[in-house]
Amino acid sequence: MFSIETFFGSFGPLFWAARYTLLVSGLGIALGLVIGAFICAAGLSRWTVAQRFAAIWVSFLRGVPLLVQLLLMYYLLPVIGINVPAIAAAVITVGICASAYISEIWRGAIGALPRGQSEAAIAMGMDPRNVWTRIVLPQAVVLSLPALVNELILLVKASSLVSVVGILEVTRASQAHAATTFRPLEVYLAAACIYLLINLCLAGLGRYLEHRTAV
Amino acid sequence: MEWSIFQQYGPMLLRGFAITIFCWLLGTILGMVLGLLIALAQRYGVKPVRWLLQTYIEIIRGTPFLVQLFVLYYGGPLIGLRLDALPAGLLGLTIYGSPYFAEIFRSAFRAVPHGQIEAARAIGMAEPSIIRRILLPLGLVSALPALVNFSIILTKETVILSIITVPELMYQVQRMSTETFRYLEANLVLALFFWGLVELISRAGRRLETRITKHLIERT
Repeated sequence: MFSIETFFGSFGPLFWAARYTLLVSGLGIALGLVIGAFICAAGLSRWTVAQRFAAIWVSFLRGVPLLVQLLLMYYLLPVIGINVPAIAAAVITVGICASAYISEIWRGAIGALPRGQSEAAIAMGMDPRNVWTRIVLPQAVVLSLPALVNELILLVKASSLVSVVGILEVTRASQAHAATTFRPLEVYLAAACIYLLINLCLAGLGRYLEHRTAV
Repeated sequence: MEWSIFQQYGPMLLRGFAITIFCWLLGTILGMVLGLLIALAQRYGVKPVRWLLQTYIEIIRGTPFLVQLFVLYYGGPLIGLRLDALPAGLLGLTIYGSPYFAEIFRSAFRAVPHGQIEAARAIGMAEPSIIRRILLPLGLVSALPALVNFSIILTKETVILSIITVPELMYQVQRMSTETFRYLEANLVLALFFWGLVELISRAGRRLETRITKHLIERT
């Protein structure tokens, strides 16, 4: 029946593959933070074209399943003349998808700041750029940390989908391992354990940050 | 670009779409029912039961849907759970959604003013009828926005079922694109289609929300 040896034996190769799970989700969130900041700024700007663009960006990326986005990007990049390795395409797609959610997180965080603070800064004669970089952003970033950790957990899970474009992360590696050992149950359960382990660590980090940043 | 393939593959795509909607509706409803049962068991159950359910929630929420499907579909037969792709997919969706729905119901139940339940007890209502007449109606209304929201998220999760060969829309589109080599067009149209579908469902959801919660707004 259940083979304990296969179950524990799978952890070695799967842990090795977890590098790519962490790479895709880590770089994905980093890219998402950068693009998300621009989209958030566009959404908050007074320029209607930018607002409209941000709204469409967010609505499209949140409305289309990540799996479809991945395949779309995978086939679109070569057509428009960009030849990058599959891993880069995967990271870019995950990052772009995350940017939509992150821009909303930041919009919420900025909205949660008391308006009086930026009004006071302007009244004191700070110029708008300083108000933004010294008053609004530092606080908004701290405020959004728990939500960002949550997003990272979602990305770790979502990174299992990049297995369909051939990235050898935990899910893909477990498929290969299941095919060689003929024991899919044990191998996939081991994969589930690895994801669970990563996410429990991240959830702990999130609780810690929530605790630390609570004023 | 060659658009006539969509005409040629129309019936196949339509069937795939029907299966997508079927999986989504049934998976959502079953997930909601299971989630509701979990939330009730967590509220009224003994400690070991609550602890067990909490572990279940953490495990399902901490693992990717795709891996859960693999365990169920490819690992299931080893413990005698031999399912076809479609039932396995439905069961997978139900299990995947249930902890999220359970958490939604749990916080909604917590939002029901305690005085209402105490009042019901004081006038001698039995616990089952308190659940049926006080807890559920009040809880469901406050849970509605979150329920709608998560149901929309589930629409997008249905495409993952294509990986375990459930013949839903994504699966049919992939089949079409490998037969015709029109990968880009097929995926582009699929993306636009889902965009429209999700927008449509969220608009309908918002309308449903305002209709059901109207009495709350009028009173305050």
